Amino acid sequence: MKAFALDHATSAQGAIHALQHGGTVIAGGTNLVDLMKLQIAAPDRVISIRRTELGEMALDGEGLRIGALVTNADCAADMRVREHWPLLAKAILAGASPQLRNRATTGGNLCQRTRCGYFYDTTQACNKRDPGAGCAARSGFNRIHAVLGTSDSCIATYPGDMAVAMLALDAVVLTEGPSGPREIPIAAFHRMPGDDPSRDNVLEAGELITAVRLPAPTGGIQLYRKVRDRASYAFALVSVAVDVTMDQGRIARCALAFGSLGTVPWRDPAVEQVLIGEEPSAALFAKAANVLLKDAKGLGANDFKIPLAARALAATLNEATQAGKA
Amino acid sequence: MSISLTVNGRKRIVETDADKPLLWVLREDLDMPGTKFGCGAGLCGACTVHLDGDAVRSCQTPIADAAGKAITTIEGVGLNDIGKRVQEAWVALDVPQCDYCQAGQIMSATALLKQNPKPTPEDIDGWMSGNICRCATYMRIRAAIRTAAGLPAEESVA
Amino acid sequence: MRMTLADMYNTPDERNLLDTMKQGIIGKPLDRPEGPLKVTGTATYSAEYKLDGCVEGVLVLADIPQGTVSTIHRDDVVAMPGVLAVLADEAMVRRSTQGTSGKAPAQDVQTVDYFAQPVALVVAETFEQAREAALALKIEYEGAGNPVPFDPESADAEVETPSDSKPVKGGDLEQAMRDAAFAIDVDYDTPGHASAAMEPHATIAEWQDDRLILRGSYQMLAFNVKEIADCLSISPKKVRIIAPYVGGGFGSKLGITHEAVAAAIAAKELGRPVRVVMTRQQVFQTVMRRSETRQRVRLAADAAGKLIGLGHEALVSNLPDEDFAEPVTQATEFLYGGENRLLKVEVARICRMTAGSVRAPGEAVGMQVLEAAMDELAEKAGLDPVELRKRNLPAKVPVEGTPYSSRMLVEALEQGAAQLGWDRRKPSPCQTREGDWWIGMGVASAARVNVMIPAEARVTLNADGTALVETDQTDIGTGTYAILGQIAGEMLGLPISKVRVVLGDTSLPAGAGSGGSFGAISTGSAVMRACEAIRKKLGKKLGCEGDALEITDGMASHGEKQCSLIDLLDGEDMAEIGSIKPGKTFKDFSQASYGAFFAEVGVHAFTGEVRVRRMTGAFGFGRVLNAKTARSQCLGGMVWGIGSALTEELAFDMRDGHLVNHDLAEYHVPVHADVPALDVILLEERDAAASPLQAKGVGELGICGAAGAIANAVYNACGVRVRSFPLTLDKIIPHLPDPFVSPA
Repeated sequence: MKAFALDHATSAQGAIHALQHGGTVIAGGTNLVDLMKLQIAAPDRVISIRRTELGEMALDGEGLRIGALVTNADCAADMRVREHWPLLAKAILAGASPQLRNRATTGGNLCQRTRCGYFYDTTQACNKRDPGAGCAARSGFNRIHAVLGTSDSCIATYPGDMAVAMLALDAVVLTEGPSGPREIPIAAFHRMPGDDPSRDNVLEAGELITAVRLPAPTGGIQLYRKVRDRASYAFALVSVAVDVTMDQGRIARCALAFGSLGTVPWRDPAVEQVLIGEEPSAALFAKAANVLLKDAKGLGANDFKIPLAARALAATLNEATQAGKA
Repeated sequence: MSISLTVNGRKRIVETDADKPLLWVLREDLDMPGTKFGCGAGLCGACTVHLDGDAVRSCQTPIADAAGKAITTIEGVGLNDIGKRVQEAWVALDVPQCDYCQAGQIMSATALLKQNPKPTPEDIDGWMSGNICRCATYMRIRAAIRTAAGLPAEESVA
Repeated sequence: MRMTLADMYNTPDERNLLDTMKQGIIGKPLDRPEGPLKVTGTATYSAEYKLDGCVEGVLVLADIPQGTVSTIHRDDVVAMPGVLAVLADEAMVRRSTQGTSGKAPAQDVQTVDYFAQPVALVVAETFEQAREAALALKIEYEGAGNPVPFDPESADAEVETPSDSKPVKGGDLEQAMRDAAFAIDVDYDTPGHASAAMEPHATIAEWQDDRLILRGSYQMLAFNVKEIADCLSISPKKVRIIAPYVGGGFGSKLGITHEAVAAAIAAKELGRPVRVVMTRQQVFQTVMRRSETRQRVRLAADAAGKLIGLGHEALVSNLPDEDFAEPVTQATEFLYGGENRLLKVEVARICRMTAGSVRAPGEAVGMQVLEAAMDELAEKAGLDPVELRKRNLPAKVPVEGTPYSSRMLVEALEQGAAQLGWDRRKPSPCQTREGDWWIGMGVASAARVNVMIPAEARVTLNADGTALVETDQTDIGTGTYAILGQIAGEMLGLPISKVRVVLGDTSLPAGAGSGGSFGAISTGSAVMRACEAIRKKLGKKLGCEGDALEITDGMASHGEKQCSLIDLLDGEDMAEIGSIKPGKTFKDFSQASYGAFFAEVGVHAFTGEVRVRRMTGAFGFGRVLNAKTARSQCLGGMVWGIGSALTEELAFDMRDGHLVNHDLAEYHVPVHADVPALDVILLEERDAAASPLQAKGVGELGICGAAGAIANAVYNACGVRVRSFPLTLDKIIPHLPDPFVSPA
């Protein structure tokens, strides 16, 4: 990899200050180091935040605040998370491996980049890696690519699991930057590619994720279903995060988010509106899937994600609503 | 720069770039090649070591992040009781074939038993998911972990 | 019958010597002797030798599919920190050497034959410097835009009959298909596979005057010496390869490849040792792929389900001028009856990376398809799939008329069926549902040809009563150290603790190498013959024939006479070289290892995910030399079968022929959770035609048909017949029944 300077910030403010002179933040390094080895990312200067105070988790009146530096392993093992937001623990444990989860962090995971093979291969055209170069994936081998939220310039998915659960849980991303702190609802955090796929999210230059806040728990049935090619240790083909509350045999409240289906973690309030107030049934799930997928477009090899998403939705809602009735 | 490390209980000082992955410091600078290079991208698990007791991928860990922490590798894992039991079970069940992944498997297994002294086969599959073995020694790995934990292997391996 | 110790194996050795020995260690499930080294990280692999002054080389790959290098902008890179050289020598190799070639592959990296072909080597003081310089190196090409075929199905891909593959024709298959009571005519396809051995290819090259020493990760050292010597135009006598431990091969390390040749050239040029370790991506992109296949299978059966006709035709691919063509129909030739037959393989010439041997070339993909087609025939004929197979085992090989040396297929089918509980299988699909999962069972036969390669080994009975076995044979994880020690210990009447085995160094007698499941029977036979020669001498000392000598725990006896080996040797070591070459027994008999797979799978009723729940393999491969290492080989093969059935697929972009999934994240080999408890049954068998050991090959048998059993189980579970491997969920969900409707 290209030689770079590594500085250790000892506080969030110190990191933000350092970032004003340029550079890239590193936390666990489980994604960035790979990208640097391939020179997909080639920063001259890397600022490590591992020695900052961002590794804390705390409950307050607004919910659970998960510091940006909290590792995936610690987050999934936290008793408060397991009890009140089990969806988040399940999603995290469905991803990667223990060694990676021991290093990967909350903030870093939100910023992890796509697994599109054309993005990773510097011999291939990619607008995300090299704006204006074109997209070799569109007419290439695109089995793992998105069917929602795509554009002519990019069809890459956000590959993670954690953010999908957070989306269903209405998490808020807390940041600090040159223009002060921001609270960004997670639904507004990731960017659809449009004509600038190089920016995966709405973070501004010099802005640092400090924490993610989960609002008060819903008490619903929470499931995370990850459909993939092998039984473990593979990125999702489609994943579904469900948080559903039943009342007298009907769906009283419902949050549904999907991973690896769109270019960003995907949640559509119209789908939830179809479900709320209704008795669960195969027909209802099909109706919800139709709303979810009405604008979905496959490019050949990924066409199957459309029926797969409908089936995964039905399987997961079926299981969650059965459990909710019991 | 000069970086001070504790490897298998011994203080070591290496002159190296801060960005060099721990894997290469171990294999090259410290002449400890038991930790293997399998993919260089955190995808296979062959380079697993312990950092302050946690299993991590040394190929993705810049050496500067390991400074001041206790590093345990396959060469030293047998110094603690759990690691020793794991290695003994590995020999007793003749787990390795080509062996190239086994240092990583043993390091992951030892970290598992520290956290979860009585793992079920499902716990093992989940925990060990990131350690790939192309000879496919998976069944014997499950059995050896259970043996090291003092549990019945539950699978025929003889 | 008195055997001579002549090289050629012309007559089956019916003496069955190993069973007459008294030590009692042959076949026993002994641990591999190198186990303690391997669990402490102290077995040394090729990249791990410390050599003074050693520098690092990184290969640079072409980013075009075909053309000629016109300019290499060396100067920009040579100025970078630590960079010592940029080499694009005409002796560097474009392609990997095919197994057992013994010759240089296509050389001269000026010409680009396929995307990601190595075209240069950058050498620097450190690996990071070399990699950075390799990434920065700019290369210009000519003729890069010329259209070339990447897809074997494309109209511009020339299709040939490979030089070493003769079609098998007998009777009139078309007529048999018309006459059949039940006929199947189906097309299947299988994707490309990667060996993906865990140790990436690595070589350290060092010159001592005009002698080259390579520490390299290779499977067949005696051939590899000739290959590298031919690449460098030097005498093979000037080359030594050292490889005591090899981190897996699975075909990818049969022949010398890019990094070894480049390292040797760079080391010569720089006058210091050079290490070249390939990246994981480079291994995927440049070493060797198993060809994808398209296979047409025709089965014509009479009213009783007996085959009267059998067709198996395959289209595979490779680069122009490569001799190797995946021998898809290899086992079809002898497995089932049907005198009216047509078996043939054709190869399409395309411009993607070299196709070559990946574990069990031929049978690995041919058997899974044949066995899936047999399942289709069983259903059509209304026969139990086990019964169909039993009805179709011919007395002699069809067309050729050769007898079988031995065949334990019926026993394997029966014992495997009993073990899995085949009697609980429902004959029609969609009958068993557990929660969201459809459950089903499937069967397939296993078959893999038995091969012998010329081999030599030296055995020394030391004056202190210990023995030393030496050969350049490799142990790539298969258990060679263990079994060669057991053979010598059994033959010389020594406990295993008294036998030391030294492998993987070409300064020792040339073994067969590891590949094609032939290492154990070939080099093992050479060890046995060396021991026979020693026994003969010992017998003479005690006054009897070698075969009449009894030795146990170092004590030799004949009748009343008894003497310890130490006393017999009287202070002198006794060393003999044994050798063997395949002879007439390989023409006189059809030789193969056989077995059967039984799988139980679950198919998710909503998502079409497939999980193997249980699997049994029963195998007959002659004498079992070590029940533990043999079982491990069988298990490993069955797990490869799971990968082949469900997840493994090289994805090439047909616009430029580049490999899209060139890492372990996206090329899906099975992981822990994919592998349930598997059972292996080892059948007792002796096959004198196969080797003096009465053993046959086992290293690859476990994969040969395994994926077929899984595919058949998927059909039995959910009624979806997928004729395209792997059976990923995208191919299953369009045909699944309504998940909300339970079985009647």
